[in-house]
Amino acid sequence: MSHVAKSRGRSGFIAGFLIVPLALYLTFVIWPYVQTFGYSFTNWTGQSPTFDFVGLENYQALLKDEVFLSAIWHNLLLLVFVPVVTILLALFFAFMVNAGGRGAAGGVKGVRGSAFYKIVYFFPQVLSLTILAVLFGAVYRSDEGGLLNGVLTKVGLVDASEPIEWLNEPDLVLWCLLLVVVWHGVGFYLVLFSAAMQSVPKDIYEAALLDGAGRGQTFFKVTLPLLWDSVQTSAVYLGIVAMDMFVLVSTMTSGQFGGGPDHHSEVMATVLMRNFLYLGKSGYACAMGVVMLVLTMILSIITLRATRRERIEF
Amino acid sequence: MGSTSAHGERESVQDAAGLGRRDLIKRSAALGLITVPTMGFLSACASGGGEDKPNPNTSGKADKNNPFGVVKGSKLDVVVFKGGYGDDYAKAWEAAFDKKWGTTSSHLGTQEITAKLQPRFNGGNPPDVIDDSGAQQIKLDVLFKGGQLADLTPVLDAPSLDDPTKKVRDMLIPGTVEQGMQGGKFVSVNYVYTVWGLWYSGKLFKEKGWTPPKTWDEFLAICTKAKEAGLGGLAHQGKYPYYINVAIMDLIAKKGGLEAMKAIDNLEPNAFEGNPVALEAVEAVYEVVEKGLLMPGTNGLTHTDSQTRWNQYKAAFITCGSWLENEQIKQTPADFDMRFLPMPLLPGSKLPFEAIRAGAGEPFIVPEKAANKAGGMEFIRSMLSREWSTLFAQQANSLTIVKDGVDPNVQLRSGTKSAVEALKAAGDNTFNYRYPDWYSQMDLDIQNASNELMAKRIQPKEWIKRAQAAVDKAAKDPNAKNNHRD
Repeated sequence: MSHVAKSRGRSGFIAGFLIVPLALYLTFVIWPYVQTFGYSFTNWTGQSPTFDFVGLENYQALLKDEVFLSAIWHNLLLLVFVPVVTILLALFFAFMVNAGGRGAAGGVKGVRGSAFYKIVYFFPQVLSLTILAVLFGAVYRSDEGGLLNGVLTKVGLVDASEPIEWLNEPDLVLWCLLLVVVWHGVGFYLVLFSAAMQSVPKDIYEAALLDGAGRGQTFFKVTLPLLWDSVQTSAVYLGIVAMDMFVLVSTMTSGQFGGGPDHHSEVMATVLMRNFLYLGKSGYACAMGVVMLVLTMILSIITLRATRRERIEF
Repeated sequence: MGSTSAHGERESVQDAAGLGRRDLIKRSAALGLITVPTMGFLSACASGGGEDKPNPNTSGKADKNNPFGVVKGSKLDVVVFKGGYGDDYAKAWEAAFDKKWGTTSSHLGTQEITAKLQPRFNGGNPPDVIDDSGAQQIKLDVLFKGGQLADLTPVLDAPSLDDPTKKVRDMLIPGTVEQGMQGGKFVSVNYVYTVWGLWYSGKLFKEKGWTPPKTWDEFLAICTKAKEAGLGGLAHQGKYPYYINVAIMDLIAKKGGLEAMKAIDNLEPNAFEGNPVALEAVEAVYEVVEKGLLMPGTNGLTHTDSQTRWNQYKAAFITCGSWLENEQIKQTPADFDMRFLPMPLLPGSKLPFEAIRAGAGEPFIVPEKAANKAGGMEFIRSMLSREWSTLFAQQANSLTIVKDGVDPNVQLRSGTKSAVEALKAAGDNTFNYRYPDWYSQMDLDIQNASNELMAKRIQPKEWIKRAQAAVDKAAKDPNAKNNHRD
């Protein structure tokens, strides 16, 4: 059998396996995108099979829609803070758990009780977002029954008659939500980074120790460069979380599909849902969907380009 | 992303094959970055695209007893919102209907009205009767604009099941028909008769020696006393500003009379701005905030949290509609003695103290494209009979829009009883806003403003400005001219 025929046979074999997932992908991912694109040029109400073509009207309206523009801004803020904060914390904890300890006899190991910490940190990851929303709903509850307000009242920092309405404060609400996401995510990335750190040969650390490197130097000069690939992957994953946020925002904040108070926690998905399902402006909502698609595409390309770096072999 | 495979090949040649794996993960993650947030919502976008097809309406022979021509042995598809009223009442109705007409009913009780029904509306195969209620209802103005609602005027003009010499419309509480109008057509039967206002605990008031206030000043005085006693004055369901709007809008209507209310529903350019009545009402509510008479933290609480706090005697009053008693049935102490109170009066009000916001809620609709439209309409006619109305009162402990529609032997709980008494005292002095059904966006905008007002982030004047802006925005919608109240 010639080489060409062999490879052709193999590609046929591979295609045979791929045809079903490809068909599924085309039907359930690509086709809805195409449809969305089409609907974004109509005044479809979402509740009727009839609609008119309105050209670029929806997109023009979008540019003037302050609520949607603020939602984009919030998504961008989250896009910066969710990955940065989560990764930094996860890296710090992973480092402490794996290489932060200083045993009496030298050598490299985690701080005391690190095995225990690893498990504890992972706990939040097993909670679903809905449970998380209920849990933090109780933490942020706006009267003394809330965990934060209860503690702050007991300590005397907050007056019981004027509790802090965490999720009803325009300046706090987004950060409160950010904290939930970070709390949820750190454990998983801690485990991810731990795994990556464990694959770093011990002798590199030992060499650094012998050269008199402190914890900080070991981390920045040895650990971080060797973990860069994992960090990149994590950034992309966390970017997904930051661009979505729908479940948390819509369940925890006020307003139809969340976004309150007064649109201060609005993200693109909540505005989209409200227009799509509640206000009967589905065509308009589809235009938002297209904008979301374009934005996320640009961002994912930037992320992959910007984080490209030379690899270190070990 | 077209270049990824080529790029990947180059790298996998350069590096060991193992390195490609991380690339793969990264890229699939990158693809995920695009797909995950958008996909979930957009796939819902895929309407069936079905065009209007001729309705295969099962039209049997119509006669006096069967005005819509229900076909014996046909199928009836009923979907009801399973909320505070449950759905046992609907099952009881369906059984009665099947027995009478020999039909086969299918029943679905759900909270997810939109999720379950939107695809069916788009696909052109909606159910025959829908109770389109709850947080996830499909907005009626949206459905109406899409031409999805059957005109139910024939039901109103059909003979009543209780008294065939009378029309169905003559058996209903006056004003309830008007509430089912969209763009001049009668498209929904708002079945449950609700009153809105303040609620208090008879037990708490007796203990403290307070008398239910009739004026806003008396109301503030009791709130102040409550504060001195360590409770909150007014509680409201802050996460849902709908509820505090009950207080604001009631005050406007009672102070300014029906004209003030209609000015808002008719989107007049001076509905709020330049209307001293509106400003006074908003300032009155704001006074509660400024004097610190709100139940602490109530601005951020959900309806269940704040209502439960109120049930625990943490506040003197709460704003709500008469579904409150049924909703809180498990949280209410046995001796709580729940009582309804009409919104207290501002000085110089045009309507008397007894005047209350009352109206029909829980809209039942028949889709225009229902397969068994005749069955659906007959179902609605049956609902508007005393027999079915009593069935509802028994199962859901609430009143319906059928005049004297409940067998007097049905026992009512204290809250519902006080609501019925208030309704009797009000007589013809009932009013109800239409804008929340007609203009969803305007309603949300005003709610937003109220949320800011209650949190002291805006002043009453700013509230007025925002509310007027919402009105003006709604007035620009070309559909707005179809809705008008005289």
